[in-house]
Amino acid sequence: MATQHSRSAARIMMAPAVVLLLGWMLIPLTMTLYFSFKKYLPLRGGDLGWVGFDNYVRFVSSSAFWPSVQTTLIIVGGVLLITVILGVLLAILLDQPLWGQGIVRILVIAPFFVMPTVSALVWKNMFMDPVNGLFAHLWKFFGAQPVEWLSDAPLFSIIMIVSWQWLPFATLILLTAIQSLDSEQLEASEMDGAPPLSRFGYIILPHLSRAITIVVLIQTIFLLAVFAEIFVTTQGSFGTRTLTYLIFQRVLESQNVGLGSAGGVYAIILANIVAIFLMRIVGKNLDS
Amino acid sequence: MGQITLKQITKNFGDVQVIPPLDLRIDDGEFVVFVGPSGCGKSTLLRLIAGLEDVTSGAITIDDRDATEVPPAKRGLAMVFQSYALYPHMSVRKNIAFPLRMAGLDKAAQNAKVDAAAKVLNLTDYLDRRPGQLSGGQRQRVAIGRAIVREPDAFLFDEPLSNLDAALRVNMRLEISELHQTLKTTMIYVTHDQVEAMTMADKIVVLQAGVIEQVGSPLELYHTPRNKFVAGFIGSPKMNFLAGEYAAGYGAATIGVRPEHISVSSSEGAWPGKVGVSEHLGSDTFLYVDIDGVDEPITVRSSGEISARHGDNIYLTPDVSKIHRFDNQDLRIA
Amino acid sequence: MARAVTTRRKALNTLIAWSIGLLIFFPILWTILTSFKTEAQAINDPPLFLFFDWTLENYAVVQERSDYMRFLWNSVIIAGGSTVIGILIAVPAAWSMAFVPSKRTKDILLWMLSTKMLPAVGVLYPIYLLFIELGLLDTRVGLTIVLMLINLPIIVWMLYTYFKEIPGEILEAARMDGAALKEEILYILTPMAVPGIASTLLLNIILAWNEAFWTLNLTAAKAAPLTAFIASYSSPEGLFYAKLSAASTMAIAPILILGWFSQKQLVRGLTFGAVK
Repeated sequence: MATQHSRSAARIMMAPAVVLLLGWMLIPLTMTLYFSFKKYLPLRGGDLGWVGFDNYVRFVSSSAFWPSVQTTLIIVGGVLLITVILGVLLAILLDQPLWGQGIVRILVIAPFFVMPTVSALVWKNMFMDPVNGLFAHLWKFFGAQPVEWLSDAPLFSIIMIVSWQWLPFATLILLTAIQSLDSEQLEASEMDGAPPLSRFGYIILPHLSRAITIVVLIQTIFLLAVFAEIFVTTQGSFGTRTLTYLIFQRVLESQNVGLGSAGGVYAIILANIVAIFLMRIVGKNLDS
Repeated sequence: MGQITLKQITKNFGDVQVIPPLDLRIDDGEFVVFVGPSGCGKSTLLRLIAGLEDVTSGAITIDDRDATEVPPAKRGLAMVFQSYALYPHMSVRKNIAFPLRMAGLDKAAQNAKVDAAAKVLNLTDYLDRRPGQLSGGQRQRVAIGRAIVREPDAFLFDEPLSNLDAALRVNMRLEISELHQTLKTTMIYVTHDQVEAMTMADKIVVLQAGVIEQVGSPLELYHTPRNKFVAGFIGSPKMNFLAGEYAAGYGAATIGVRPEHISVSSSEGAWPGKVGVSEHLGSDTFLYVDIDGVDEPITVRSSGEISARHGDNIYLTPDVSKIHRFDNQDLRIA
Repeated sequence: MARAVTTRRKALNTLIAWSIGLLIFFPILWTILTSFKTEAQAINDPPLFLFFDWTLENYAVVQERSDYMRFLWNSVIIAGGSTVIGILIAVPAAWSMAFVPSKRTKDILLWMLSTKMLPAVGVLYPIYLLFIELGLLDTRVGLTIVLMLINLPIIVWMLYTYFKEIPGEILEAARMDGAALKEEILYILTPMAVPGIASTLLLNIILAWNEAFWTLNLTAAKAAPLTAFIASYSSPEGLFYAKLSAASTMAIAPILILGWFSQKQLVRGLTFGAVK
């Protein structure tokens, strides 16, 4: 509801944002598509002509592809499982009456603000180092043999680091959702004689289902793109090469741009599948 | 000056025509009230005049200037909104001064005008407060103050009293009427409350579904409503309508009788009936009487002293000279 | 929940919550503590918690050897610049979508969101190539532009949800009072939306500050912000824990403080208004 005048003003004022994002999306995307159909080796001859779907086939059939998909799934799945389960428990705990709630909240949220390179390096050196790390000291204190975390249990280690970073996010969002739960509903169920466990199962969990879905979708999108944590810890060795890291290596390390671009297209498709579900939820929310 | 003419204006929202072609002339200095049920297009009409919406076709002239394409800021009109629309981050003084500041007046002139308006509206002590610290009535006055400092050609009011409680509403009604007497500026006032319309207007415009049903002074509408809709909308309590044999006797499809034009008797009269609910207001008593062959109870306004109880038999007699007759198109039969 | 509970239950809750809170916070606390130790104390076995010779030496050494201030400055410029430019572009866009909605507004908002979901690695080479062609590689300007673009959807979204809460009648009142579009946005909308704009600013500075894909891949020595500077510490020897800790503490301290201020708005910004 507005005048022609304000509508045309609106269009003009929206233009910079729309044009910039359109350019940001279309130009690189077109280039990636273009390269993905070429044999293109910048350091070894440059553009060597069109190869059709060759890159797509080669990317999928390379021995590194399926392990990288598996690694990606394990990392994303593991982190999601840990952060959502612990997040729900922590959110419920923080919703209880306790002294210094604000401070505990801050302590729990803090890891989210630590830049990925810092958290990866701190964990790698000061905790997981087999000689001087805190875990090594702890293991030795109990008389156990220190673990070589990043080479013996590389996926587990990375999942731990990334979970530590994302647990605050899950907790914060789930806590916000729990706090929006009408306490009269809980009291009513208490009056109806529901024991704590069924109150959790029948009232709290269903109430949280939407928030959990949102946490899962948003985290998935970010977790699919996890990069710095691997870059500074294992550099993709010991079976920690995710799809993202594999593409990075193809493009920048081995400078096989055609092959990497085909991989990039796969990654874009994968992210879009998740994104569609997220957008549905967000879109529904816009209508209400 | 503030003479406004609407010529064949229409408004569509998408495919829906909310205002079919409409003509209206508002004279300088008039207090015009747009009244009608919610969704009748009265607020849209006001927003078209304000320039907050543009007309789909037709022309709006203000003082013989074509204003159809003129942006709201340049039409010389001031508006008071239903929510008051005060700027929450500015003091009362800055709120009232805002239109002057936009007009490029210097600080001293701004202050002089704000002080004068504040005096008229009893806001002098509140000039340094924020809108959030004021009561509903005070906010309303700030909104009016912001409108008067501009010395506009016409004031537009969009249901300005609907957020106030009943007592305050009566007060503000008087204040706005008084303001009109003092300023003698054109005022266009939108309301769904026919009491406001009757008490304040020089001229009432009754709207239904975007169509003007009747234009006239309050008493014209009361005495000679053009059709059944206007008859039912104007007047409180509502006019009673009777059809069928009751109307046939008067040569009409429907007849209408106002509650105040029916006399009651316990022994004899034209229409026998049974008392349903009776509301004693002290000054008046409203009786709701069920009579044969009429679905809705007949409302009767009677003196405060009458003692009628639920279930009493009663006789109603309409004042024949004040019966309104309508044909089968619901139009008035002269 | 405003419910009465026994003091004992509250004490128990408090104990559990504080233990878990401290456990989660411990890596940060440990990093901060270590930054005040000497290198030898940093790897002492058993680990030293509070009783060691506190020293500021590491901070001095980090600054001296690696010119820490330059990286910090890069981070400030890139994070601050990208956010401010983003907000300048997003305010008019969010105004349009919040106050002059059309049938396409929802689609545009969702489309903007979808650009945020584009995996960076999918467009790594094109951007890299464009940066070389345009001479933007390892420049603060280039990185500022990229971070502005990747955060623009979030900025537009956050501002949009804040603007939606401002009643349209107030802007119409301003229009009636003679304000032109520019004045309406400058004198009415912006001051009214200050809390929303401030939290948008805060959250996006945090996101840009911590961004660790483009900052690692598009910079070398010159324009590297703190993320890249810290990554350069990834050599595996053990004799630099104290210095690593000092550098890390300095890199995360400003953002931890900003983050604590913005925690309330965080949820809204990160879930695009889907959870409030």
